[in-house]
Amino acid sequence: MFDLTGKVALVTGATGGIGAAIATALHAQGAKVAISGRREAELAALAGTLGDRVLVAPADLADPAAPAALIETVEAGLGGFDILVNNAGFTRDMLALRMGDADWNAVLEVDLTAPFRLARAALRGMMKRRSGRIISIASIVGVTGNAGQANYAAAKAGLIGMSKSLAQEVATRGVTVNVVAPGFVKTAMTDALPEAARTALLTRIPTQRMGTPEDVAGAVAYLASAEAAWVTGQTIHVNGGMAMI
Amino acid sequence: MSDTADKVKKIVVEHLGVEESKVTTEASFIDDLGADSLDTVELVMAFEEAFGVEIPDDAAEKITTVKDAIDYIEKQKSA
Ligand SMILES: NC(=O)c1ccc[n+]([C@@H]2O[C@H](COP(=O)([O-])OP(=O)(O)OC[C@H]3O[C@@H](n4cnc5c(N)ncnc54)[C@H](OP(=O)(O)O)[C@@H]3O)[C@@H](O)[C@H]2O)c1
Repeated sequence: MFDLTGKVALVTGATGGIGAAIATALHAQGAKVAISGRREAELAALAGTLGDRVLVAPADLADPAAPAALIETVEAGLGGFDILVNNAGFTRDMLALRMGDADWNAVLEVDLTAPFRLARAALRGMMKRRSGRIISIASIVGVTGNAGQANYAAAKAGLIGMSKSLAQEVATRGVTVNVVAPGFVKTAMTDALPEAARTALLTRIPTQRMGTPEDVAGAVAYLASAEAAWVTGQTIHVNGGMAMI
Repeated sequence: MSDTADKVKKIVVEHLGVEESKVTTEASFIDDLGADSLDTVELVMAFEEAFGVEIPDDAAEKITTVKDAIDYIEKQKSA
């Protein structure tokens, strides 16, 4: 089950905690994996751990031209394109009263617009080949909202609306478009939270632990597989029970 | 028949999986050949690739028959 032998996958944000785990999981299922991010040393290190069937494809997704070029690089370098994982993302938290246009735009650009550009570029080939998987990593806060994260929550909610729309557009072409929405996962992103905030969070998680990147990667590997062919336009919440939607 | 017409018809046959005999010059993609709106977008993309032309959205909207496609492409090529 969930075999990805011969499939080509691109994971953005592969230098981060969740992205590295997703790349590792897809690779373990047999996929050829292109790993992307801005930090080239981290990409090289991950490539070394994975071994063969890997393409290092650095990109800054704040650059509007980067997504189309990235898809081309992967198609040429790995000979096809089957699975797009939109995982790159960042936060710039502050109360809305203090949030400038630049803070809003920067987060929307990388967390929502870049995934759209990547999906648009990837869809062309996928529709021709009559198969493909687009999986975007949103967040629990895209559904629940979170004080201090108007920009980030809007971007993550946007990913869900975008995915549902794309899913309807390309359903007859064997392409599925889905979302994985993690709750609080232990990575650099959440290490930045103050200790007290983290302890308080745990009281709201029924499983009483933070998630691991692998918890998220498993859901992505499932959605990427042939077994998930009839699942489209959905959001899988991986959050230890913190929000039951 | 011109080369362009031949090539356009071949692309239509391939993309829509219809009988060659049905792809007459007057045939409408949607009404006669069973295309949906996504098929017409894919057809336009295929024409662009095959003929190396750009078909902007407002022009693409007006290409509803095989003849529309042939005429548009011939005009672009002679321009
Ligand atoms: N951790 C959580 O609790 C949690 C919860 C819900 C959702 N998520 C989502 O999960 C995804 C992965 O997060 P994470 O926790 O693994 O965070 P992380 O460790 O901070 O990783 C973020 C990744 O995004 C990439 N990135 C950021 N800005 C970029 C840009 N301009 N261009 C290209 N890549 C960029 C980073 O790559 P470089 O630094 O190399 O550029 C890095 O690989 C994000 O979308 C995040 O919103 C995380």
